[in-house]
Amino acid sequence: MNDHQVHIDEHRDDEGAKTGMWIFIFTELLLFGGLFIAYSVYRYLNPLAFHLAAEELDTTLGTINTVILLVSSMTIAMSISAIQYKNKKLTLILMAVTMLLALAFMVNKYFEWSGKISHGIYPGSMTLQEASRGELLFFGLYYAMTGLHALHILIGMAFIGYVMHLVVKNEVQHDNFVILENSGLYWHLVDLIWIFLFPLFYLIT
Amino acid sequence: MEKDQHTHIVKYKTYVYVLIALLFMTFVSVIVTEIDLGPYTVTMALLLASIKSLLVLLIFMHLKFDKKFYGIMVASVFLLLACVIVITFMDYLYR
Repeated sequence: MNDHQVHIDEHRDDEGAKTGMWIFIFTELLLFGGLFIAYSVYRYLNPLAFHLAAEELDTTLGTINTVILLVSSMTIAMSISAIQYKNKKLTLILMAVTMLLALAFMVNKYFEWSGKISHGIYPGSMTLQEASRGELLFFGLYYAMTGLHALHILIGMAFIGYVMHLVVKNEVQHDNFVILENSGLYWHLVDLIWIFLFPLFYLIT
Repeated sequence: MEKDQHTHIVKYKTYVYVLIALLFMTFVSVIVTEIDLGPYTVTMALLLASIKSLLVLLIFMHLKFDKKFYGIMVASVFLLLACVIVITFMDYLYR
């Protein structure tokens, strides 16, 4: 028993913190849900243009990014087990691996986007202004949805980085790790959204 | 004594198995969409994505181990989303 770690008068509400995180995640799900509906409706209205435009996307890059995100989701989930086993070093290693994988995802995204941009496919480009309305919609949604998702990756990296700092300072420990759980929940949300973005944009043509 | 809050520790092994299942389903969906199944392509891809997200929610996001209350909330939100999707498409399909 570690007596110096007893905080009898400490006010803490882990369940409240986690419930709050979940409610925030619900707003995110509805935000992306709305975008998915917009995508499906426009796809239904412009099937041929969406088919042609989706062929332009690189399935290999998309698959690599899917694998990266799935593995990073596992490592952040494992870090929660590691902190419960009181293994601080492993917790930090697993969180660092998650951050590196997130970085790899962003590097991939950079190459993917810059490839598209060099082909003249970006919002407001001359190529797209001459393209059909359906292709315009497809690439508009592609940039908006993968861009918003990439923004979530960056925010997730910042969140996990902050929690790593707390772990280093021993402010997150085996009996007090709800913020680590919450950063994990956020990261899984990012993964969850990608699980649907990937087939919708890269696979279904 | 520490507060008795998160008593359940998920084994590393469980996460590895879940990851293998997720990767397997990813590759199946890539292969399935490459061999054109016609109208079933979209169904297969979305079905696999749904199973994958269910695994992520239950194991990675701990819904299976947490209080039932969280699971019920998540299910309600997905139900709400499903209702909005159905209503939107009823509008577009039958207008």
